Amino acid sequence: MESVLKVTWKRLPLSTNFAIAQAVKDSDVDVVSAYPITPQTTVVERISEFIANGELKAEMIHVESEHSAMSAAIGASAVGARTFTATAAQGLELMHELLHIASGLRLPIVMSVAARALSAPLSIWGDYSDVMNVRDTSWITIIASTAQEAYDSIIQAYRIAEDPRVFLPVLVAYDGYAMSHTYEPVYVSEKSDAFKDYIPKNPRWYTLNPEKPITMGAMASPEWFYEFKYQQVVAMKNALDVVKEADDEYGKRYERKYGIIEEEGVEGSDITFVTYGGLYGTLKESIEELRKKGEQIGLARIRLFRPFPSEIIADIAEKTKALVVLDRAITFGVSISGPVAREIISSLYARGIERNVYSFIVGIGQRTVTEKDIIAIYEKAKEMLASHERQKESIYWGVRE
Amino acid sequence: MMAKPYFRTVYDVPREEYLAPGHGLCAGCTAGTIVKLLLKVAGPNTIVVNATGCVEVSTTPFPYTSWKVPWIHVAFENTAAVASGIESALKALKAKGMIDPAKRINIIALAGDGGTYDIGFQALSGMLERGHKVMYVLYDNEAYMNTGIQRSGGTPEYAWTTTTPVGKILKGKVQQKKPIAEIVAAHRIPYVATANPGYFADMMNKFKKGLEVEGPSFVHVLQPCTTGWKFDPRYGIVLARLATETALWINWQQEEGQFSVTVNVPRRKHVKHYFELQGRFSHLTEEDIEKIQKEVDLEVDRINKLVGRTVIGPLVE
Amino acid sequence: MTQEKLLGWKELPLGGAILEPGNSERRYTGDWRTFKPVILQDKCTRCLRCWIVCPEPAIYIIDEPYTTKSGRQFKFSVEVNYDYCKGCGMCVEECEPKAIDWIEEEK
Repeated sequence: MESVLKVTWKRLPLSTNFAIAQAVKDSDVDVVSAYPITPQTTVVERISEFIANGELKAEMIHVESEHSAMSAAIGASAVGARTFTATAAQGLELMHELLHIASGLRLPIVMSVAARALSAPLSIWGDYSDVMNVRDTSWITIIASTAQEAYDSIIQAYRIAEDPRVFLPVLVAYDGYAMSHTYEPVYVSEKSDAFKDYIPKNPRWYTLNPEKPITMGAMASPEWFYEFKYQQVVAMKNALDVVKEADDEYGKRYERKYGIIEEEGVEGSDITFVTYGGLYGTLKESIEELRKKGEQIGLARIRLFRPFPSEIIADIAEKTKALVVLDRAITFGVSISGPVAREIISSLYARGIERNVYSFIVGIGQRTVTEKDIIAIYEKAKEMLASHERQKESIYWGVRE
Repeated sequence: MMAKPYFRTVYDVPREEYLAPGHGLCAGCTAGTIVKLLLKVAGPNTIVVNATGCVEVSTTPFPYTSWKVPWIHVAFENTAAVASGIESALKALKAKGMIDPAKRINIIALAGDGGTYDIGFQALSGMLERGHKVMYVLYDNEAYMNTGIQRSGGTPEYAWTTTTPVGKILKGKVQQKKPIAEIVAAHRIPYVATANPGYFADMMNKFKKGLEVEGPSFVHVLQPCTTGWKFDPRYGIVLARLATETALWINWQQEEGQFSVTVNVPRRKHVKHYFELQGRFSHLTEEDIEKIQKEVDLEVDRINKLVGRTVIGPLVE
Repeated sequence: MTQEKLLGWKELPLGGAILEPGNSERRYTGDWRTFKPVILQDKCTRCLRCWIVCPEPAIYIIDEPYTTKSGRQFKFSVEVNYDYCKGCGMCVEECEPKAIDWIEEEK
């Protein structure tokens, strides 16, 4: 039974960016290698202040691009250092090949992504196209919806990543601008070493050490490559349990936990909204009026996107009549283009569950989603459900002709 | 005033091998010679970061490795960035007592001309600017050899490569070889040198110096390639020496801003001796060769003036 | 040369790491040769330049005294490791006293 440190919390007004910087400090990170990009920049600026003041003893590598940011992070993690980086959109794309390499080398790097729209045209505003674009890279992906959750999830991320059943890098995403730059009250630890028993420093992954020289990043011919990829498949499967355990343990020690899919009012509902990130807050408030009028509306928030919790979403689907999925990214070239909608549909199919899944695309390039929009989407979904309409194509909500 | 060199004769070379045979480098690949000697200088307390390329692919086909020191390959263009990460991490871990602060661990970034002149240039420049204590060793075989001899920024003018072939209109590479060591020296790092395996003691002294300085160092090594340059495998070292004897490759160093030539050539040879052994230059006309000879003569003058005395002598044969 | 057993995902080290340093010694690249160098011990001056240039390395030092036919005494000798020698000939070119023969391999 691990000893539980009594944590004293202080309540600070923090943006999600600053909350993440705080979490990096409280995780006793050893190396930060990052490159500025809107809307992530203030994460690294705040971390630099912590280092300059001696509050965080870490090496900051002012790399000359995001590609080098992930490269340096890989190097640092490969010698056993607890490593962090942060980026968004174009930066995430620039380091794309290295995302596969980081997970292929089984390094427990943690990265925060302020979800932002991908160019072209250039957009510095938020949506989830960047995060969705890297879903094949074998990075565990947690999507936070509040600054508090971002803070807690970064700390949980190190526990998840460094677990020997996993040894995979973890990405914590949140809304660019809507969350990165807006302030919320966040409970952070008074002392930086509060989590040292929750995430002890004990690098057990393969590292470069002259005492035990190994070769990392070899070339694998067709006779060998497949098995290494399958190892990642297995690690991803294990990750579902490890994420849950890390969250449960966090809840036990620090009295805050989030689960894999946050749900509310699903049982017996006609329509359940499913979304992720900060939009969930808007959703909750928007349906209050509808619920007051007696509408049976369920809410579900996907917190863990990779590995995708197929079983849990299937359980949720069984308790409701239809799912309305609000996606903030488009996967081009398919008629149902909401990435999470697609995952849900295939999850239900695998379980043999027949349910209507209505895919709506919203908030692209930070096109504002208002209460009116949510209510109108709800009315539309009700119509579709009543007429037993089987959706053939995602609805691009609010696009002007 | 150069300090007394550490390596003077073969008997100064350590016996212990840190490169194991059984790798897939071509027969006669001078990169094997260079890496073997590099590791002898560096010793066991060394981490090698290697770019994608001939050396990486030939020495680490799973499940075999020829490396007896810790070694990592990440990608093609980021050797310097990965090395920066390792250097910073070791610093951080030592500061936190997770690694013995007294332990000296050499960090060597090893990449070819492909991964340095072109795609790797940004990461290299960044590493130099940040001042990481890493020795970057560039093994220059003057083309993208691992993918089948395509031209790189390090390919010399006129050289045949598969992407600068000799045809009716274009005959070999049009552009000149990028002066990479000079560009690195312009970053004002503590130690920059050029070396070649034909002068093993000079090369090994430079590796040693590079590992000792407090800050980034760069050693640019000419690596004759039997397959890409098209010469009989036995001539690798002979060609390396000819490169210096013809002054096409001058072995110099810059230590804290002080420039010196470390291998004097009192009696210089005509460049034709270097070209006639290599298939990649077999299309050179006498005019081409004379043009190149004149360029070399000018460069020799410039170097002699820079140093302040005749370190590279007149043309003799 | 040993044929490596094709291990499954459970037994393989994660991420393709190779845990045994220098295990390429299990690959006998000696079968690449068509010609082989033969060191003439009585002509060899033990300058060690062949040992310096060999890229494998496939030339090793034997720390045992040797007296040549002409009575010259040495504390060590050099020999070729034919398990790995690829027959490139760099040692032959490097040898100043021409003490290395270049012999065609038997078919």
